Amino acid sequence: MKKKRFGLSMSLLLTAGMLLGGCGQAKEEPKKEEGKASEFSVAMVTDVGGIDDKSFNQSAWEGLQKFGEENGLKKGKGGYDYLQSQSDADYATNLNKLVRNDFDLIFGIGFLMTDAVTEIADQKPDNKFAIVDSVVEKPNVASITFKEHEGSFLVGVVAGLMTKTNKIGFVGGMEIPLIEKFESGFRAGVKAVNPNATVEVQYAGAFDKADKGKAIASSMYASGIDVIYHAAGATGNGVFSEAIDLKKQDPNKEIWVIGVDRDQYEEGKVPGTDKSVTLTSMVKRVDVAVYDLATKTKNGNFPGGQAVEYGLKEDGVGIAPTTKNNVPEDVLKKVDEWKQKIINGEVKVPTTRDEYKQFEASL
Amino acid sequence: MLNILEIIIPSAIFFAAPLIFTALGGVFSERSGVVNIGLEGLMVIGAFTGVVFNLTFADQFGQLTPWLAMLVAMVVASIFSLMHAVAAISLRADQVVSGVAINFLALGLSLFLVKMWYGKGQTDQVQVGFDKIDIPILSKIPVIGPILFSNGYLPSYLAIVLAFVVWYVIYKTPFGLRLRAVGEHPMAADTMGINVAKMRYIAVMLSGALAGIGGSIYATIISRDFSHATISGQGFMALAAMIFGKWHPLGAMGAALFFGFAQSLSIVGQAIPFLKNVPTVYLLILPYALTILALTGFIGRADAPKALGTPYVKGKR
Repeated sequence: MKKKRFGLSMSLLLTAGMLLGGCGQAKEEPKKEEGKASEFSVAMVTDVGGIDDKSFNQSAWEGLQKFGEENGLKKGKGGYDYLQSQSDADYATNLNKLVRNDFDLIFGIGFLMTDAVTEIADQKPDNKFAIVDSVVEKPNVASITFKEHEGSFLVGVVAGLMTKTNKIGFVGGMEIPLIEKFESGFRAGVKAVNPNATVEVQYAGAFDKADKGKAIASSMYASGIDVIYHAAGATGNGVFSEAIDLKKQDPNKEIWVIGVDRDQYEEGKVPGTDKSVTLTSMVKRVDVAVYDLATKTKNGNFPGGQAVEYGLKEDGVGIAPTTKNNVPEDVLKKVDEWKQKIINGEVKVPTTRDEYKQFEASL
Repeated sequence: MLNILEIIIPSAIFFAAPLIFTALGGVFSERSGVVNIGLEGLMVIGAFTGVVFNLTFADQFGQLTPWLAMLVAMVVASIFSLMHAVAAISLRADQVVSGVAINFLALGLSLFLVKMWYGKGQTDQVQVGFDKIDIPILSKIPVIGPILFSNGYLPSYLAIVLAFVVWYVIYKTPFGLRLRAVGEHPMAADTMGINVAKMRYIAVMLSGALAGIGGSIYATIISRDFSHATISGQGFMALAAMIFGKWHPLGAMGAALFFGFAQSLSIVGQAIPFLKNVPTVYLLILPYALTILALTGFIGRADAPKALGTPYVKGKR
């Protein structure tokens, strides 16, 4: 009997250890920097991708860090900070935690946080919130969205001109309107420069399943596709991992990945060589937008209730500067031509599948 | 059609490999009578150790790194599993509860350490992984060569070979006989002079070791980094594969391969002509639907080892 009780307390100890492990990080934060309430402070909550997802969460954090450094803020309470979400259930909790720590402006990063931001913005009408990649119509929420279709169009142009097999792949995370924008813009870009090319579209059903991304990439490359554009967050890591493995096995194989959200040239580096499988990346300057919005808010121009859209014109989207490493000059010139056409309004890039059909018919 | 098989089969094997390792670990533990829900947590520890070792020592060991990382992950996870062993065998705690505690502890601890060592929520990506290979002579065999022996990873083949080794150990050696005896009727085994506690300790640590390998190769081949989402449910799938395979090493391997096949079918299915018009959602739920069908329809009764889940108390009737 005694032994049994000891066993129970042993299990309790294990559980307690786990709980305390979870607390460790939260406890140290509030101690820092008390009494600096007069200064502007800003914080963000990541979605499940995490702070170094090599995608928009990381990019947003870079923008916030830049803002913090330029304004002489310190990381932590009263300055700039972030909270990472482990699951969908953490969003509201994390937002609430930041509200209680008196941050002046709180960013929710990512489409997945729409509901949580809406809920907390309702509960705390005096706090300022911002959401990236979605629109929340509340007077105390500023919405940041991007014209991803325009950037995707440009990488589509690159893919259309660079493919040798005329077979191109698109790997999406979840089948949601946001990713449909990537898909439609990309397909339009390909079709605009290379009517013979086909684009195969597959959705992995998740943004954090690298194994699925890898398997999809494996099947696509095996079926003769030579360029894959992924708009799938961490699922896309699997696409890179597959391309790198194939390239290591046969260095002469012409296969490419097109990165998304930020310059993914480094992710595509083939170990042991100076080559990268990253053809180009559709960069979404979440950092520019976050920085811009934080500055506006600090200066008292918080665009509450508005949806601010960042496109090619605002330098909110575009192709990565490293593109020149793998893409020849004449292709880049073509890309610039199309970019001008889009900025001038000569070309209207489709944002949905229906609009894409119209676009295709008009070619 | 052959072309499609060339895509589906290698990716099925590659999906299945981590599950096979972990499920074989589960077979050891449960055959000895100790329920091991903690497989998921042990995989987490394996993935974490493998990635951290790989990142830290890639410069020193070069191409050997992933293999050494696998070994280190094996050792660390088996030490970690000792906690489950002590609680479940010596202290006679509820085995399910202690297994669940292992799962929580593993994830909390490894994320905490990542945060402490790297200052962020995820590790960097490993630079030295396992290479894709064509097995020299076998891949030249017509038809089955390209399907089975091309574009694979060495650990995947190792997993399949290991399943046969485990089968031999459990069914053809004195050690295996004792292991099964301890799981079926510990008192009888004890009467015959077998040290029940010792056998169970060995079995649980073996399960930790194999789950550690499974976790580390999953992280090295597939995700290439470690984060909270690296191991999400694979341990439980391995557990299911083990039960699906009726606690038999080859059965567990078959079940894991079946899971892998269903997974890869759900992905490649979008490229197969007659499945092309099926909405993606249905293909994505296919693995789970197939599993339920197989479990209820075809497999029949699954008999667990008789003493599974009950601590052995010497002299108690």
